[in-house]
Amino acid sequence: MGRAISRRWPWLAAASALAVLPHLPGLSTNFGRSLLSQMGIAALFALSYNVLLGQTGLLSFGHAVYFGLGGYVAMHLLRAVDGGLPVPVPLVPLAGALGGLFFGVLFGSVTTRRAHTVFALISLGIGELVYAATLMLPSFFGGEEGITANRSRGPRLFGLTFAPQIEVYFVIAAWVLLSAALLHRFTRTPVGRMCNAVRDNPERAEFVGYNTQRIRFIAFCVAATFAGLAGGLHALNYEIVASEAVSPARSGNVILMAFCGGTGNFIGPVLGAAVITWLQVSLSDYTSAWLLYLGIFFLALVLFAPGGLSAIVLSQAALLRTRAAGALLKGYSMALLPVMAMAAGVAMLIEMPYRMSTQPELGTRMRLFGHHWDAATPWPWLLALALIGAGLWLLRRAWPVVVAARQLGARSRD
Amino acid sequence: MTSALRLRDVHKTFGKTPIIRGVSLEVARGERHAIIGPNGAGKSTLFNLISGRFRPTSGSISLEGREIAGAESFHINRLGLSRSFQVTNLFAQMSVFENLRCGVLWSLGHRYDFWRDVDRLHDANEIAAEVLKQIQLTSRRDALAGVLTYAEQRALEIGITIASGAKIILLDEPTAGMSRSETARAVELIRAVSKGRTLLMVEHDMGVVFDLADRVSVLVYGRILATDAPARIEENPEVQAAYLGAD
Repeated sequence: MGRAISRRWPWLAAASALAVLPHLPGLSTNFGRSLLSQMGIAALFALSYNVLLGQTGLLSFGHAVYFGLGGYVAMHLLRAVDGGLPVPVPLVPLAGALGGLFFGVLFGSVTTRRAHTVFALISLGIGELVYAATLMLPSFFGGEEGITANRSRGPRLFGLTFAPQIEVYFVIAAWVLLSAALLHRFTRTPVGRMCNAVRDNPERAEFVGYNTQRIRFIAFCVAATFAGLAGGLHALNYEIVASEAVSPARSGNVILMAFCGGTGNFIGPVLGAAVITWLQVSLSDYTSAWLLYLGIFFLALVLFAPGGLSAIVLSQAALLRTRAAGALLKGYSMALLPVMAMAAGVAMLIEMPYRMSTQPELGTRMRLFGHHWDAATPWPWLLALALIGAGLWLLRRAWPVVVAARQLGARSRD
Repeated sequence: MTSALRLRDVHKTFGKTPIIRGVSLEVARGERHAIIGPNGAGKSTLFNLISGRFRPTSGSISLEGREIAGAESFHINRLGLSRSFQVTNLFAQMSVFENLRCGVLWSLGHRYDFWRDVDRLHDANEIAAEVLKQIQLTSRRDALAGVLTYAEQRALEIGITIASGAKIILLDEPTAGMSRSETARAVELIRAVSKGRTLLMVEHDMGVVFDLADRVSVLVYGRILATDAPARIEENPEVQAAYLGAD
């Protein structure tokens, strides 16, 4: 009984968080709720991707195929609902899941014959193929503009029209939570565990009686189904699905999310999806060079924290529970200022030439960090270099404190 | 009576190089049979042919009277033949217990079940716990297989091999690289787990071979030179010339 509760409380906590979030200050706006909806869709997409990457060890470069095709299928159903088909709107994303499953079975039977590099390359090929097909078959895909529908014309359910963002948000939240529970359950089943086995050692998996190709195929179909469901939610959320939904760029994005969050534990992709979505939405408000910062963020994570954000959170949480917590916090607070100074210096060095080359009509005067600068003078450049230099110098003094605290923490845990 | 395992004139050629050059071998049910031979004689290749890792160029291999030459390794495993590897071959990122549990899932009929919670599969958990005890790794239950000591990994390797309840087990150099005391423990483990099963093993340590095996086959340059009881093999002048003398 106690065990059942301890297993369920994370889900109850997640459900409560999803219920409260759209009412929090800052998120209770249409923008905030739209951001949360986007995060939820991305989280489900990333979770489905991690069935392949983290759980089965399959690196796919074409996962958006199932997201996008699921989205198209759901969108066609939504159009039929528009036309009078009596299907409740919250069930429309299920058509996306079925679409994802259908194409997962179709393409998966080819791609999962092989693993490793060959699998990755075939997935890339199918991704390009489907992307090209969406532009060549406009009757189904609507070409570059895509196809649209109106989600508020369906039959009313408990007086809900699903026109307001908050109503769609709750449809998305419910599907994402249910899917996450099912995907978590999947990791704990015989096939789920054999996916790990196939990831670790396909040869040994064969010698305990399993056809590794079959295991890869099942994992692939599960991943495609939930990617399709995410695509169906996407269709419902935006009321439009276009070729961008199956694009290689979206396939790349989900890899980014899974890696940033960490593929080694269940919650990692959710964290990665939330952070990357937030960065994509909010950074682009501040600077048009946001993709560059995103790239730097991704590189830094891959180089310095290959376990992703979730691994950082877990390891720091563990350290903060030891007696090294005080020393660790002291070290981090000492390192905070130098790191911020360095970041500001780097941002200035990026922003000044970027603005001069992309917006030459505005000249060399620009506003950065609330201050006006003239990039034609040496001063902002020198300041940027000084910030980086001073930050580096201070960081070299602060870092040993952090290292010592971590070592103390690691020792006291043993 | 059918033998547990029967090889008839098995050949294996890689490119133009013959590695196995007409091996015929019979292993009776319940027998503990060792294959010895100098490096490069083809012992591991022979194991790979029997277990389906390689497909023989020609010849027949039968398991309990059923032809298995060229079958997929998972099919052969499902027919009741299980093997260990010379190079440790585990699920490195999974716990010791999880490794053993994966070893029993298929044989207990859980197969491609993608709904039931593995923690509630009582039969699988019981057998995995039993094997865990037998290979004396209970204290390492939740450690990742990849971080075990070498001897522990070898024990786990044997554990996974027997967990499915296979009737025939193939052990490829189970004591290679072990210290004297570790070897002694491994021999006891092998003796215990091979009770009631048919055992075919490749082994370099003659002490282990003479201690465990009912019969020994000497493989030299892809051919079986002799098959006999260990004591008789030792006395065989041909074997002495080809193999034992050189040791």
